[in-house]
Amino acid sequence: MDLSPVADLIIKHNKERGKLISLLEDIQDKYGYLPDSALKYISENTGQSLVDIYGVATFYKSFRLKPVGKHNISVCLGTACHVREAPYISEEFERQLGIKAGETTPDKLFTLETVACLGACALGPIVVVDGHYFSNVKATDVKKILKKAREGIEKVKIKTDKRVFPVGVSCPRCNHSLMNPSHLVDGYPSIRVTVSFKNKHGWLALSSLYGSYAVDSEYKIPEDTIINFFCPHCHSELIGGTDCVECDAPMIPMIVRGGGIVQICSRRGCKGHMLDLSGIE
Amino acid sequence: MINLTINGLKISVEEGTTILEASTFLGFPIPTLCNMEGLSPYGACRLCVVEIEEGTNAKLVTSCTYLAEEGLKVKTASSRVIKARKMILELMLASCPQSKIIQDLASTHEVRQQRFKQEYEDCILCGLCVRMCEEQMMAKAIGFRGRGENRTVGSPFDSKSEVCRLCGGCMYVCPACQLRCTYNEPEKAICGGCANLSPPCIEKEKFDDMMCYMEPCVSCEIEKFNNGG
Repeated sequence: MDLSPVADLIIKHNKERGKLISLLEDIQDKYGYLPDSALKYISENTGQSLVDIYGVATFYKSFRLKPVGKHNISVCLGTACHVREAPYISEEFERQLGIKAGETTPDKLFTLETVACLGACALGPIVVVDGHYFSNVKATDVKKILKKAREGIEKVKIKTDKRVFPVGVSCPRCNHSLMNPSHLVDGYPSIRVTVSFKNKHGWLALSSLYGSYAVDSEYKIPEDTIINFFCPHCHSELIGGTDCVECDAPMIPMIVRGGGIVQICSRRGCKGHMLDLSGIE
Repeated sequence: MINLTINGLKISVEEGTTILEASTFLGFPIPTLCNMEGLSPYGACRLCVVEIEEGTNAKLVTSCTYLAEEGLKVKTASSRVIKARKMILELMLASCPQSKIIQDLASTHEVRQQRFKQEYEDCILCGLCVRMCEEQMMAKAIGFRGRGENRTVGSPFDSKSEVCRLCGGCMYVCPACQLRCTYNEPEKAICGGCANLSPPCIEKEKFDDMMCYMEPCVSCEIEKFNNGG
C-alpha cells in the first residue's frame, strides 16, 4: 500500500498527540478507512505508541478499520425513527444482506450501519443510501431500496442539471413550512431560514426555484463560508448525515412538499445539491 | 501542609496527598483493587469510595484519586460508604466470580449473595495491567480497545505485539487471572461456590495460597456426593 499520503498528513499535523484525531480523520478521508499499515506508520513516525493510536481508532465510532463497500446504507435509529419501527428495517437489511450492522458484505458492495439521527425526523423512518434520503421507509421497501442501490441511484449532475421548477419546503424536524410568501426571490415565495456564521446570526431567504441559487440575507455572507442553518420555528439545526459531493461541507436537508427531500450544500457559493423526490418510486 | 479530618481525627498532610494515603497513614483501612503502589491512581474499581463533606453536600468520591483539601471532612466507613462498596462487590462478583481477590473482598465485606445476572468474564477493566505495562515496564504493549460494553484490554490488532517482552507483569498484577478457584476439573475455571447463597468458607480465617479457599467447597462436595461418597 502506498503510504506517502500518510507521510504528508503527518507533516501537516506536525506529530502532536493532540492532533491525532484530525490526522486519523484525514487518513480515513483519503483511504475510506484506517489501514493497519497506516496506523503502524503513524506510530513509527510520530513516536506515539501503537496501542494509544489503536485505542483512539477503536474508541470513536466514526473511525473504521475495515474498508467500506461501494454503497453505504445508513438506517436511522434515532428516537423518532425508532418509534416508527426502524429497528425492523435495520433487521430486514441485515437479513437480506446477510451481515450485521457495521459490517460490509463479502462482495464489498454494501456497508450497513445504524446511526442515531439523520436530521429528518418528520419523514422517519429514514434510510440514507450513498447520500440519498429514502423517507417513510417500511420493512417491505428494503428490497426495492437495495435494487435501486445496485442499479445506481441517479446522481444529479450538478454542472449540467438544467431543471428549473419551484418547490415548497418545510423543516425536516418539525415539519413547519419554511416558505415566506411576503418575501419574494426570483418572483416566488422564498425559503426562510435562520443562519449563523462566525459571530453573525440572522435570516436568509433562499430562492425556492430548484436550479436557482439566488439568495437574500440580512448580512452579506462571504464566499466559501460554511453556514449553520436553523429552522425559524423549532430552532433546531438543519443538518443531516451527508456531506457535499463537491466540497465535503455538511448538506442541509429540507422536506419537499409532495414527498421527498432536497439537500443543499452549507457552503456559500457551492452549488452542490441533491434532490430525492418521494423516496423510492 | 493541609489539615483535614478523617473519621473525626485531625491530620496534617503534605499537598498532593490523596485521601487514601492519608487514611492509610492514620490506620483506617480502605479496600482497594485497582490501586497499586508505583502505578498512577486510576479510580476504576470504585472500591475505595469514601464520603466527604456533611449533610446535603455529602458525596462519595474515590479516595485513591481525590487529593486532600484544607478543612475536608472524610468518613471512610459510613453506612453509605459500606452500602456502596457492597454493591460494587456484588457487581464485580457478577462479572468475574472466579477471582480470588474479589472473592476475598466479598467475604471480608460479608457479601454472601449477588443479585445480578451471572457472567463469567475474565476481565473487570481495572487497568492495572495497562498501567503496569506502560509505567513500570515502559513497553506500552497492551491498552484499552473499543468502548462501552465492547471495551477490552489487549494488543493492537490482536496480533503479537512487537514491543512486548513477555515480562509477565500484566499477569502478575491482574486480580482476575491469578489464583483462580478451579473446581476439581481444571478446564472448568469456575466452581461457582463463591456466588452461592452462603459460602461455607466465610468462617475460615486464613486463605493462604490455596487454589480453592473454600473448604468444604460446595461444588466439590456435590461432585463427591454424585460419585458415591
